[in-house]
Amino acid sequence: MYDAVIVGAGMSGLAAGIRLAMFDKKVCIFEKHSIPGGLNSYYRRRREPLEERKFDVGLHAMTNFIRKGEKGKPFSKLLKQLRLDYDSFQLEEQSHSKIQFPDAILKFSNDFELLKSEVARFFPDDYQNFLHLVETIVQFNELDLNATYQSTKELLSQRIKNPQLVEMIMCPLLIYGSAWENDMDFSQFVIMFKSIFLEGFARPRGGVRTILELLTKKFLEVGGEIKYRTPVEKIIVENKKIKGVQTPNGFVESKQVFSSMGLPETYERVSEGVRLPMAPAGPLSFTETILFYDKKVPLEQFDSTIVFYNNASQYRYQRPSSLYDNTSAVFCAPDNYHPNQRDGEGVLRITYMANYNLWKSLEREVYLQKKQEVLADSIKLVNTLIPDFDGNVTFSDVFSPTTIERYTWHKAGAVYGSTEKSRAGKTPIENLFIIGTDQGFVGIVGSILSGISISNLYGLMGES
Amino acid sequence: MTTQDVKQVVIDIIADIAPDEDLSVIKEDVSLREQLDLDSMDFLDIVMELRKRHRVEVPADDYPRLATLASCVEYLTPKFIQ
Repeated sequence: MYDAVIVGAGMSGLAAGIRLAMFDKKVCIFEKHSIPGGLNSYYRRRREPLEERKFDVGLHAMTNFIRKGEKGKPFSKLLKQLRLDYDSFQLEEQSHSKIQFPDAILKFSNDFELLKSEVARFFPDDYQNFLHLVETIVQFNELDLNATYQSTKELLSQRIKNPQLVEMIMCPLLIYGSAWENDMDFSQFVIMFKSIFLEGFARPRGGVRTILELLTKKFLEVGGEIKYRTPVEKIIVENKKIKGVQTPNGFVESKQVFSSMGLPETYERVSEGVRLPMAPAGPLSFTETILFYDKKVPLEQFDSTIVFYNNASQYRYQRPSSLYDNTSAVFCAPDNYHPNQRDGEGVLRITYMANYNLWKSLEREVYLQKKQEVLADSIKLVNTLIPDFDGNVTFSDVFSPTTIERYTWHKAGAVYGSTEKSRAGKTPIENLFIIGTDQGFVGIVGSILSGISISNLYGLMGES
Repeated sequence: MTTQDVKQVVIDIIADIAPDEDLSVIKEDVSLREQLDLDSMDFLDIVMELRKRHRVEVPADDYPRLATLASCVEYLTPKFIQ
């Protein structure tokens, strides 16, 4: 009998597991896949026996960057709660990133002054309005669980005159975490604004694996168990109370279950005929192209870390009506996190918004052909953004919404989960809790904090 | 356990959950939250560590009694003697 079973060894599941096991709970994490990570993971591709590459999938950047010793920020809370050392993350800062629209480019970095000066330069008429907005954001209590929905687009449009600036500010925040199309709740916007513009981007040396190794090591050290390749097939409920979970190896009894699968994915697996609220699969999914080059892009040709690219008159953050939307993209140059090392292979990653249903309906042969089109478009975008780059592609891979669904189990490949969230982590079933994407905190730091807060609230504080 | 021992127990716990804090200058009668970068999550950890290390239980309603170092000592000492 376990005190807690956790579904999924992603960021939120591992964090929840560490908290519970640290205080002597008997905890087991069941992970469907053979490695940890969930939405932020990695995979291997081997072309020849000696040519194996590991690819990071998931976020291009870790948000919420702080410098060592900075206090009272989400990342410092995470370090304290998990008893991890700042240096163990081996963070490398972005050089800078940019939001590139047809008529303007705004650069930003981990120093907020850069974005301010860019807004002053490109949108002088709105500069004071922007400063006032930032003031509102800084003062706002985004963690108030009683806050009601407020449209960010409406609020920003009242305060900023130029609609282009509104779209440019919202673009990175939407595509880095909104489960909703074209707009987001203002408190979610504030969380994202702080984590991306006021705090910033960094990446652990070694990518997402560094974080996963830290978390799994910690979890095992404090006495937790992980079972890989073990999907939770059913969540067993009796009289609206958790009994345990069903896996291919049999029934596992547990007092509590913390599920990071997502809301619709969790409810679908509840055994008993409990009337559960509707939780639709989210509308947004993506393709991602990973390109390896025989050299790194010279910094004098391109020194940004991430480009939020939009080539249309309006930024459309929505499920496209075609397989994918090449009018906008997120373009990531992971090599520009540590711009001092310029030898070795170069890597570029390009993300497009995509339509899951259309990808799902393709025959195998057409599917492969369409992935080639995504690849060709991605290379075209490299040539647009870095016209002088003469590197040769040595290896490439494209993944689609159906790939995401296969590996993460998120319905419809919805990376940011359902449009329905369980902000307080509760469900109508006693002792069944939601953590991770569909609790609603997004990104690597967000999902870790999601696992921490919900396990604290119901796993640790509940009893005594 | 003397009140001095109990005080040391609390300081040792804070040192482990907030390793970046300078604990040599703590004022006993000023709220810990004001002097140190501690939030509600950290207070939960103080409670959890008290239970784990010393089998001392602090019910949720009593959390406010851990506000200052002096109030911690006053509240916890009888529990250590029991």
